[in-house]
Amino acid sequence: MPSASPYHGPGFDFSNAVRNSFLQEKGIPLPKATSTGTTIVGCIYKDGVILGADTRATEGPIVADKNCEKIHFITESIRCCGAGTAADTEFTTASISSNMELHALSTGRQPRVVTAMTMLKQYLFRHQGHIGAALVLGGVDATGPHLFTVAPHGSTDKLPYVTMGSGSLAAMAVFETGWKPNMNREEGLALVTAAISAGIFNDLGSGSNVDACVITATHTEMLRNFVKPNERVEKERKYGFRRGTTAWKTENIRSLVVSEEVTPVGGEAMDTD
Amino acid sequence: MNRLKAGEVNLGTSIMAVQFDKGVVIGADSRTTTGSYIANRVTDKLTHIHDRIYCCRSGSAADTQAVADIVHYYLQIYAQMNGTAPPVEAAAGMFQKICYENKDGLSAGIIVAGWDKEVGPSVYNIPLGGGVFRQPWAIGGSGSTYVYGYCDATYQDGWGRDETVNFVRNTLSLAMSRDGSSGGVIRMCVITEEGVERLFVPGDQLPKFWEGREVLSAPVRKWVSEPVPMAVE
Repeated sequence: MPSASPYHGPGFDFSNAVRNSFLQEKGIPLPKATSTGTTIVGCIYKDGVILGADTRATEGPIVADKNCEKIHFITESIRCCGAGTAADTEFTTASISSNMELHALSTGRQPRVVTAMTMLKQYLFRHQGHIGAALVLGGVDATGPHLFTVAPHGSTDKLPYVTMGSGSLAAMAVFETGWKPNMNREEGLALVTAAISAGIFNDLGSGSNVDACVITATHTEMLRNFVKPNERVEKERKYGFRRGTTAWKTENIRSLVVSEEVTPVGGEAMDTD
Repeated sequence: MNRLKAGEVNLGTSIMAVQFDKGVVIGADSRTTTGSYIANRVTDKLTHIHDRIYCCRSGSAADTQAVADIVHYYLQIYAQMNGTAPPVEAAAGMFQKICYENKDGLSAGIIVAGWDKEVGPSVYNIPLGGGVFRQPWAIGGSGSTYVYGYCDATYQDGWGRDETVNFVRNTLSLAMSRDGSSGGVIRMCVITEEGVERLFVPGDQLPKFWEGREVLSAPVRKWVSEPVPMAVE
């Protein structure tokens, strides 16, 4: 475990930012970050909000995690889907979640979704897009259900149904054809599942399973791996060679077990009784 | 300078504000884009700053939202400390200060409009470099370049509410039809001493102008009138 440096405080270190952007301009690529090339969606329905996400994390062309979690905890009744740089979405949502808990403790009230949205946009705007977090924020508070998107530069949108990530176009196509106001739980969950599935099947950056999260005024239900359309099945064929595949002319069996004879030298055997 | 950062959410926009005798009419299209993708087709670019002061935002969505939030915060303090509603000029001054002092880092073209008891209705244009210009009417965003001529030829002093609303609706419809980065619906606000009235024109009910003749056999429409230059005294 490395101890904290006495010369640097915690948090981001920008001391190489100028050098790195110069090197990048000269054609030296930056190291790749694990990104959640992602489909994430959100949708308001009759009793609250439904969030959805796929579960693939990629590192360039490689699937880094086949079943990661992209629906992050903010508060009990506010959740946040993350797309973009995996580390940034993870730590940004964790930090805002922490601040929301402190806010709840200091005000003695359940904080609102707009509070989380404002914290997120101000944090992301302060870092001018260098924190690559594209988020779908949803939840229910004293003022009703709310759904927002937050872009990496800190702009926000408020809509009844939203999509983000590389699969957002496929997912939005499903929403634009299938969405109607005042859906019930089953209809909403089916539409969110269809939208995420569109991302899983039509976008290379998205894949594996559908996670969903149903938030109402009284209860939050996290449906981890709600649908698993890509389960690995048992291999149908055996690839081992059958006995007798190779012809042989002679047979020669040698014993490879080394046999030892132990002869006790001198003294008497210890009395073990 | 003022180049949009890669992947930034953009308000490739048509926005407008016009003052009339009793108030101001502001309007905007509803398109927000990221590259060639429409991130939001029903955006509200008419942003509440105070009870009788609104702004129209163009440029980077993140920058203009941040600036509008800051001015909104300062005007709440202003109102609490002075016990009166702030004048539009004060709001425009705050926008101008932020836009000018951070001109290298911001891409924000903002029109501030509203009503106050000192001067009545007023419109302030704050373009990219961070200047302030009080104007009887102002247009902004990428779509505005297509309709300067129309505005110059059409605008007249002394209009009432309804004529002004019509002017804004027609201008925005023309701008949206020519500018690919603008489109969707038209949102408008009429700000007067009495209050703020929101108006909405759905995308399939935009006023239409000449769009080319579709069918050869259609009868030629009768020629009606031509724009008349303003009389110069």
